Amino acid sequence: MNRLVSYFQHKKSGSTLNTYFTAGYPSLHDTLHIIKSLEASGADIIELGIPFSDPLADGPTIQQSSEVALQNGMSIDVLFQQLSDLRNQSNIPIVLMGYVNPVLQYGVEKFINQAAKVGIDGFIFPDLPIIEFQNEWQSLLKKHELSFSFLITPETSKERIILLDSLSSGFLYAVSSSSTTGSSKTEGSKMDTDAYLAKINSLNLQNPVLAGFGIKDNEMYEFINARCDGAIIGSAFIKHLTKNGATKDSISSFIHSIKK
Amino acid sequence: MNKYAVDQNGYYGKFGGAYIPEMLHPHIEELKTNYLSIINTPSFKKSFDDLMKDYVGRPSPLYFASRLSEKYNTNIYLKREDLNHTGAHKVNNTIGQILLAKHLGKTRIIAETGAGQHGVATATVCALMGLECIVYMGAKDVVRQAPNVNRMEMLGAKVEAVHSGSKTLKDATNEAIRDWINHPETYYLIGSVVGPHPYPDMVARFQSIISEEIKWQLKEKTGTAFPSAVIACVGGGSNAAGAFYHFTDHQNTRLIAVEAAGEGVHSGKSAATTALGSIGVLHGSKSLMMQTSDGQVIEPHSISAGLDYPGIGPFHAHLFDTKRAEFYSSTDKEAVDSAFELTRLEGIIPALETAHATAILSKIQFNSSDNVVINLSGRGDKDLDTFINYAK
Repeated sequence: MNRLVSYFQHKKSGSTLNTYFTAGYPSLHDTLHIIKSLEASGADIIELGIPFSDPLADGPTIQQSSEVALQNGMSIDVLFQQLSDLRNQSNIPIVLMGYVNPVLQYGVEKFINQAAKVGIDGFIFPDLPIIEFQNEWQSLLKKHELSFSFLITPETSKERIILLDSLSSGFLYAVSSSSTTGSSKTEGSKMDTDAYLAKINSLNLQNPVLAGFGIKDNEMYEFINARCDGAIIGSAFIKHLTKNGATKDSISSFIHSIKK
Repeated sequence: MNKYAVDQNGYYGKFGGAYIPEMLHPHIEELKTNYLSIINTPSFKKSFDDLMKDYVGRPSPLYFASRLSEKYNTNIYLKREDLNHTGAHKVNNTIGQILLAKHLGKTRIIAETGAGQHGVATATVCALMGLECIVYMGAKDVVRQAPNVNRMEMLGAKVEAVHSGSKTLKDATNEAIRDWINHPETYYLIGSVVGPHPYPDMVARFQSIISEEIKWQLKEKTGTAFPSAVIACVGGGSNAAGAFYHFTDHQNTRLIAVEAAGEGVHSGKSAATTALGSIGVLHGSKSLMMQTSDGQVIEPHSISAGLDYPGIGPFHAHLFDTKRAEFYSSTDKEAVDSAFELTRLEGIIPALETAHATAILSKIQFNSSDNVVINLSGRGDKDLDTFINYAK
């Protein structure tokens, strides 16, 4: 059982905070230190972004952090090197998030093997089609007991939510409205979010559901956690890193402002 | 077109598919489910045919270029897409897609553009149909294709300059896709045979009118419907897809695609995708693209904004992979020289994009009995500044 599955199995009460950051941002070698600081501050899960030159689903904040990370020299190879001692230093569940092209160049099988080796627990690849997931990924993930989270949106049909839930493990990623990451409109109306998460809850899905995109403060964090299994924060954390730096204190103060 | 057509999963051999975030899934599904049934209805066909004839001015002539033929000692026919309304082949596709968008009840239209020809063609059909139009254009292209920016604005479109990445077509496409994610009711009118399935097939079908006309026009002129060779430039590849479409299964017709070599294929400033690229995923489909060994997209270079793109459509990747089409490239200089040659020999100023195709005449020796069709995809008015500066 991977750390992600184990986390949700043992979770009794309280909220869940999944925090995204881009590997190699703000500096190339911040990765491990940010992971440890997030864990020490009380984040529950980390979504570690693999930077890509053309991040289609991301708004300006993550586009910019990806661009800087690439300029800093981040790549899948470098990332796995940085994580080689990860599990002697941290036990927090970590999922890798990215776009499929860098993985295709690296090699899907090699990528999954290396990820398993360094102690990654799951993956999110928003542009991976189901057909390719089933042909190239699924059996390898099963072999290594790694999770994979598909995205769902308010426009995803009930039948498709059930299909994506059946293919996912670890958690299902509910995007709270149709928008790129960090968009200001993504808070949406609370009534819409409420209805959307109520609809998801009524489906009795096999996976926990984490909601993301547009959460930036404690109020929204609590609101989301009251209605599903946890919240994902990305752009707000990147903005905080840009403005306040990636020191342990800076990270701690951000996490404590969200998860009180 | 059976052997090289898209399969039911949206793939051309190993290329194609739909690599899109879930936010776009309902819109792509809506298109995928409906596009064939809509474009095959008699009322759609009639609207399309009427507009092609009376608004675009089709059929576009197939012109025997006698002085050019004499120079290269073969028979050269120019398919005059430059004479279409708005000055390029792009309008064939925008007419088709705007009718489709209307049918689907869409009211807000977005597009990406490189040279601005697709932007102008989109702004034109949006004016015609009374629809809101936003065109994403790389900031670098906004400068080098200024006349087209003015045209789009006069037509009532909003031109959004894109400042990310290389500030060219690739980044304009990224930004258009992000807009689409953020505005689900919008129709994204893609200008080339790129993007997630069904776009490459849909755009190729609307552009296939080019090769459909070439067949009967050539037959009228020479007695045979099939040319010895069809030559077209390839950025994303929409004009080439249209010019090749009805000839792919006719193995005796050589299909010659010409990419932009920029300052030279291996100069580090090039957009010759098949020479430099490898298989990867860009803008929603799997195809050939220029990328680093880490899978980061390489910023291309070409003097021609319309060819300044690091990938080609999956249909062309398949033609390349199966060796059905031959791929060549022309440099910036060769294209400009060829544009001047065509202008002085035939009195036709071609678009910079098109001039990459004509430039190939000095590299391939055809037989004197061959019938060679070059798709003259657009006119060069928009490029006058570049031509004049280059000639200095």
